[in-house]
Amino acid sequence: MPAAVKRILPQLITLLGVMVLVSLVFPDFLSIDYSDGRLVGPVIDVLKRGAPVALLAVGMTLVVATGGIDLSVGTLMAITGAVAAAAIVAGHGLVLAIVLALAAGLCAGGFSGFLVAVVGIQPIVATLILMISGRGIAQLITEGRILTFNMPGFAFLGSGTLLGVPVPVWIWLAVTALAIVIVRRTALGLLIESVGINRRASALAGVNARVILIAVYMASGLCAALAGIITTADIRGADANNAGLWLELDAILATVLGGNSLRGGRFSISAAVIGALIIQTINTGILLAGFPSEYNLVIKAVLVILILVVQSPSLAGDLKRLGSQLSRRAPRRSAKAAPQRSDR
Amino acid sequence: MRNPRLYPLLATIAIFIIAYAICYLQFPYILSTRVAGNLLTDNAYLGIVAVGMTIVILSGGIDLSVGSVIAFSGVFIAVMLRDSGLHPLAVFALLLVITTAFGAAMGWLIYRLAMPAFIVTLAGMFLVRGVAYMMSIDSIPIDHPFFTSLQRVYWLMPGKGRLTLIGVVMLLAFVVGHIIAHRTRFGANVFALGGGEQTARLMGSRVGRTTVMIYAFSGLMAGLGGIVFALYTGSGYPLATVGTELTAIATVVIGGTLLTGGAGYVFGTLFGVLTMGLIQTYIVFDGTLSSWWTRIAIGVLLLAFIVLQKGLLRLTTARSAA
Repeated sequence: MPAAVKRILPQLITLLGVMVLVSLVFPDFLSIDYSDGRLVGPVIDVLKRGAPVALLAVGMTLVVATGGIDLSVGTLMAITGAVAAAAIVAGHGLVLAIVLALAAGLCAGGFSGFLVAVVGIQPIVATLILMISGRGIAQLITEGRILTFNMPGFAFLGSGTLLGVPVPVWIWLAVTALAIVIVRRTALGLLIESVGINRRASALAGVNARVILIAVYMASGLCAALAGIITTADIRGADANNAGLWLELDAILATVLGGNSLRGGRFSISAAVIGALIIQTINTGILLAGFPSEYNLVIKAVLVILILVVQSPSLAGDLKRLGSQLSRRAPRRSAKAAPQRSDR
Repeated sequence: MRNPRLYPLLATIAIFIIAYAICYLQFPYILSTRVAGNLLTDNAYLGIVAVGMTIVILSGGIDLSVGSVIAFSGVFIAVMLRDSGLHPLAVFALLLVITTAFGAAMGWLIYRLAMPAFIVTLAGMFLVRGVAYMMSIDSIPIDHPFFTSLQRVYWLMPGKGRLTLIGVVMLLAFVVGHIIAHRTRFGANVFALGGGEQTARLMGSRVGRTTVMIYAFSGLMAGLGGIVFALYTGSGYPLATVGTELTAIATVVIGGTLLTGGAGYVFGTLFGVLTMGLIQTYIVFDGTLSSWWTRIAIGVLLLAFIVLQKGLLRLTTARSAA
């Protein structure tokens, strides 16, 4: 599939660039060892720690493709983690805990989707409601404490190893592959894109835009629930205040780094997941390079702005225009005047 | 009232009065000037930031960086007063120049790169918070004599309520914001931009200039909010006011401004801020409710207002179509 490779090429190049950059300041970045039946190394660490954002990015890409945005996913991680932990503490067992957490994610996503698709509220506000009140709900479930539990089976989901690779990596790989198969091997991806480009036109063409919209928010809620389960299992406790804090922003960033337009339309799940890996590589790289931790945010922000500027469609147009003008040896003044023209 | 655009504003004011009445029935003392004065003081920084946010949202944009800018302002003031020996007023002026320039830069990026405001201001949020961390990771107390004397300025209202300096600054910010949004050419351009960038351009509005000015104004207000927050807490802390941008957006929406842009009133936001403050005051008065109920109540209120707005909008469009 050369077209699919071409689509994710910019993201792959960016990821490679970031990895080279990290390798320059931390030469051992690419080394992978095998000990105690599992792979260890910075790259494996990136893959494992990137799991929550990669999962969120899968759901976020689908929502963004419809022209929406889901601000509630970070909070949903806290809610679903709290649900799972509460179920375990109450002695309901592994399966029921996971089922309840996933159901909570689906319900919350369905709520946001209902507000967007049926009531007609803007996605950013509809999901803001859960984002603001969600941590309150999570605290209601945990009764304001950090619910800790001891269940090896559940903890395995967060910190276990399968075939030498951490379980969270398997989970996000499986979810990504599953999502890609579902949207690309059926017409679903096409329908999502059509709703994102023009909801009214697609509705007139016979697409049930309402159901599609609710479905993508539910998918996003499901991904958030999985991310919440992994985070909770990893620390063996539900922290209503800090679980998934600001991860919705990372997920949106990953989606945008993946070249998906926030205005909706064509989307690429794999590119968004690579975007999540780019973010995690930056995060891990800053730590490995030994910068004082207070520099993290600034370095991250500068790198993100750089990547965004390079990917900006209008900048690409400007460079092209500038290039063609230079090749025609036009006077420099017209190149300067060009941006102002659109201003008036 | 013939103007349907006034309905959300009237609904906001009505709900605030009803809520206050309910609180009064339960706790009569809530109607004292002391509580009213505290309501203004406690929410001063939020109100000032919300004025800037209202203008941004009226233009159809969003500014996620304001919470970080407040934290940065506090740290900047604390560090400068500790290390430089400058007069606080000079530090304030320098700070406002910096935050305004920062906002203008974001506005320029949004316009020039044709990037969504959400993403650009998100990057700005990380950047400013990061700069605040770089200046200090600890909370720094501010004990400059002039600064502490500013903290103690207040007017005694009848009933021994204190109308503090920062409360007055917030009210002034709302007056200035109202004049800018509803009485100036810039304000008209903001509303035009909120109605649609393409139409604004066709009308002859200078979209680029307006966008830069909108975010510069939001940066200015966030800086002013930061000064007020520093006066309120008497310290600079880089981890302060995380998530304030979302609270500010919520107050703007509760205040009756449409998030799609192009419709709303600056004074509605004042009532949005006061309603939120009232919920918090009620929870403090009650004493048995946990603080997380505040967030749930704000979420429910947000939902109620948006559904109300939607209903009104549908009602008015149905009437104009008929």
